Parts: sequence; structure tokens; C-alpha cells
Amino acid sequence: MTSAQRSGLDLDTSRVVLDEADIARAITRIAHEILERNKGPQGVLILGIPTRGVALAQRVAAAMSRVEGVPVAAGSLDVTMYRDDVRLRPARTLEATTIPSGGVDGATVVLVDDVLFSGRTIRAALDALNDVGRPTAVQLAVLVDRGHRELPIRADFVGKNLPTSLVERVEVLLSEYDGTDAVVISAAAGGRA
Amino acid sequence: MRRHLLSGADLTREDALLVLDTAAELRALADRPIKKLPTLRGRTVVNLFFEDSTRTRISFEAAAKRLSADVINFSAKGSSVSKGESLKDTALTLEAMGADAVVIRHSASGAPHRLATSGWVRSCVINAGDGTHEHPTQALLDAFTMRRHLGDLDGRRVTIVGDVLHSRVARSNALLLSTLGADVTLVAPPTLLPVGVEAWPVHTSYDLDTELDKSDVVMMLRVQRERMNAAFFPSAREYSRRYGLDERRFARLPDHAIVMHPGPMNRGMEISANVADSTRSVIVEQVTNGVAVRMAVLYLLLSGPDTRLDDEPAGQEVEK
Repeated sequence: MTSAQRSGLDLDTSRVVLDEADIARAITRIAHEILERNKGPQGVLILGIPTRGVALAQRVAAAMSRVEGVPVAAGSLDVTMYRDDVRLRPARTLEATTIPSGGVDGATVVLVDDVLFSGRTIRAALDALNDVGRPTAVQLAVLVDRGHRELPIRADFVGKNLPTSLVERVEVLLSEYDGTDAVVISAAAGGRA
Repeated sequence: MRRHLLSGADLTREDALLVLDTAAELRALADRPIKKLPTLRGRTVVNLFFEDSTRTRISFEAAAKRLSADVINFSAKGSSVSKGESLKDTALTLEAMGADAVVIRHSASGAPHRLATSGWVRSCVINAGDGTHEHPTQALLDAFTMRRHLGDLDGRRVTIVGDVLHSRVARSNALLLSTLGADVTLVAPPTLLPVGVEAWPVHTSYDLDTELDKSDVVMMLRVQRERMNAAFFPSAREYSRRYGLDERRFARLPDHAIVMHPGPMNRGMEISANVADSTRSVIVEQVTNGVAVRMAVLYLLLSGPDTRLDDEPAGQEVEK
């Protein structure tokens, strides 16, 4: 079974907007931009939002440490319990929250997610982060920004701006979970990615 | 998952693993400076305790509060129950107050089932111990504690020793642990094994010593003197000699084996003080894990669409 079939994508109506090389380049650029903005990796903590954000966070951190030659810490931040739709949808499975040693107090936290859409996940992440500690600053990196924000939230680092219609579906496939790297856009209904 | 948690048998293997995995994530909360999640804000959890309890009531209260639910504690002493109010009228009062979940402990076996199926309340009902019947969240926290120490429970050998007849913990554990693939052996004097135990998914034995060296877990049960209205064994001393976990028996356990007890303990009766305080005793950890497991149960039962509104009879106006 291919990853496209597994994720319910119909390849006839979907197209690949970023392939493996594009994703790698976007991650490298994001890593450079994070280093430039923060004047190096000191005090920077990369936290991925499950599920796909975690793998992206690890790749960004790895790219940063390749550039700087020092290890960069990456972790994960589960936002399930902070979502604003817990009353509307069936209970979701919790994912792991792993905060690297040192914690978030006084650090510059870069949240990493795959797709930025309504902004509600990031709002939940900011609340979740607030209960873990008090970072000096919080920045946001996403692989794809597809627009249609419902909250006043913007990304600091964007892999690709992808204007979409609300009925379209944007899916990020990563080799850690899907066996391949790709960003796929499809006309499937129920387009929340 | 079902809407109520009344029995260890209500959980399929997938449900049970979902609860345990959720609890594993929630347990990390205990190490954080802010031990609170906003998930159940605005939901009301009623602790309806018709029977005395320390750890279960406090554990449910802490679990509900850490999920930001409002908690109403009700104990039979000092309430209208002591004036003769029936379970039904108490339930109707709770329904009128709009409880989303009712955690009930009752001395009568089957009281939670009655509450859940009678139509008196629309809340989720969680059994926190009914008579000599079941105590499913205790079984979940026991399974959770075992998984933390032993990993996957498939094929693990769990020996449950003591007053099985009066133990709701033993029944719930036997049902849940066998669902999870563990091999459960009940050890008790013949007088303290319930009628019909042959139909349980367990082995039984009258001799603790033959079971010790193959056990991964030994769970000691409290001798429930308050429920004993007949002579089940000749004397406390004789019971302790044959079924108590003392240093001599403890030394015969495999090195990785853990000792559990649902509490409260009778030190010197079913378990010696040295064994209860040893490093391989996880009795205190069971209490810590209880909060995480009960948070997982409350989260999984209470999040999602408002169950109270769902159950409204069709065609009737729902006031929101």
C-alpha cells in the first residue's frame, strides 16, 4: 500500500506541490532564518506540535546544528487537552509532550507545525506552553501556510505560502510516518488538514 | 468507549489500552509546576460516596480538578441519606443540578448499574466500588502500575492473594487483566473464594507457596473484617501464616516481581511491615498512578459532544 492510499488521497485529483528536495530546502532555509533572527542557537528551543510537527522540529534542529556545529535541542508539545473543540469532537488520543532538559523558562521557543490554517492549533499550543513555563519569546515556524486564519496569528518562518480554497485539502507526508516526503494538495471534501 | 464505566469487563482490549496510554501521558503532569489542564472546564463531576473512602474519593477529586472540572462531593454521612432518602431521590437531585459525571461508591453491589440504566440521570456513571462486586478504576490503576514496571502484560503472571470473596478489586482485576492478556491466579482459603469462580477467566489455588516463584506480580488483598459475618478462617494468626506475605515468602519471589496492595493495609495480617515498605513494593506508587488513570477515564468519558444533550428525547425542546 502506498502512503497516498493510506492517507486516503486520490492521486487523480491531487497534485504534489512540494517534493522531497523542496521540503529539504525549505527546512534548511527555515533553520538559517531561525539562526539569523535569534543571532545563533543559544537559548533557542525547538518544539514540534504532534504529529508531523515533531518530525519537522527534529529536522529543523538537526539542520541548525549542522550549520552551527553545536547540538540544538528539539522536543514536542501536545496540545490535545488545550483545543477549543474538545466539547465538539470525540476524545482524541494524547501524544507525548517532551520538553528537553533545561525547560522553557527563559528560552526562545520556536513552535513547529506542518500546516498553518485556522490558527486554532497554535492558540492551543500557546496555552499549553504557558502551563509548562515562561519562555522569553515564542516564534512560529510552519512548512506550509495555507491561509484562512480565524485568529490573529501569523508565522515567523514559512516553508511555502500556499493559497488554497477552503474545500481543498493539504496534506504533509513525511518519511518518518508516511514513507515519503511530499506536500500534496487535493480537491477532497472536508478539507481541514 | 461506552458511556459508563461500571465493570472491568466494560473495556475492550483497545479501550483499556487507550485508557492506559492516555494515563501514561497524563502522569507526566504530576512533574510539572502547573498540574492543571483546561480540558473539562464547565463540566461537573459529582463524587457520590455512600461508603467510607479515603484514597478513591481524594483521587477522583484530584483527577477532576486537574482537568478543571467542578467537583461536588457528597457523602452519605451528614446528608439526607441518613434521613432515609433513597438512591433514586438522591439521583434525581443530582440530575436536577446538572451533573455530567457521577462517581459512585455504594455498599450494595449493583447500585452503579442501577443508576446508569434506570434513566434517573443522564450523566456518565463511574463505578468507584460497589459492595463486593467491582472497582474498575482500581483495576486500571493496578494494570497501569504493572505496565510501568513490567511492560506489556501479555503472558505476565499475576497472583492475587487473600479475601477474594469480599473483594471488588479482585473481580475487576481478574476481568481487566485477562482482557490485557495476563495470566491471573487467585489464591485464597476455600472459604474466601466466591461461588462461581470457575467461570472467571482465572486459575485458583489454595496454596500460596506453590505460586510464588512463578509470579511477576503479587497482589495482596485486605481481609475485610467489616464484611465478614461468619467464621471464614480459624484465627487471624493462622490466616497470616498460610496466606500472609512475610519476609520468607517475599525472598522466594523472582527478582523482577513487584508487590501490590490496593490499601488500606492490615500490616502484620496479609502483609508484613517490612515487605510493605520494601523497594519492590509499589503500594505508594499505586496511589500516584490512580490520579492519572482517573483523569484518563474522566477525559475519555466526558470530552466530546455533550452527552447530556445527546440523550434528550427527540422532538423535545432543548434549553441551552
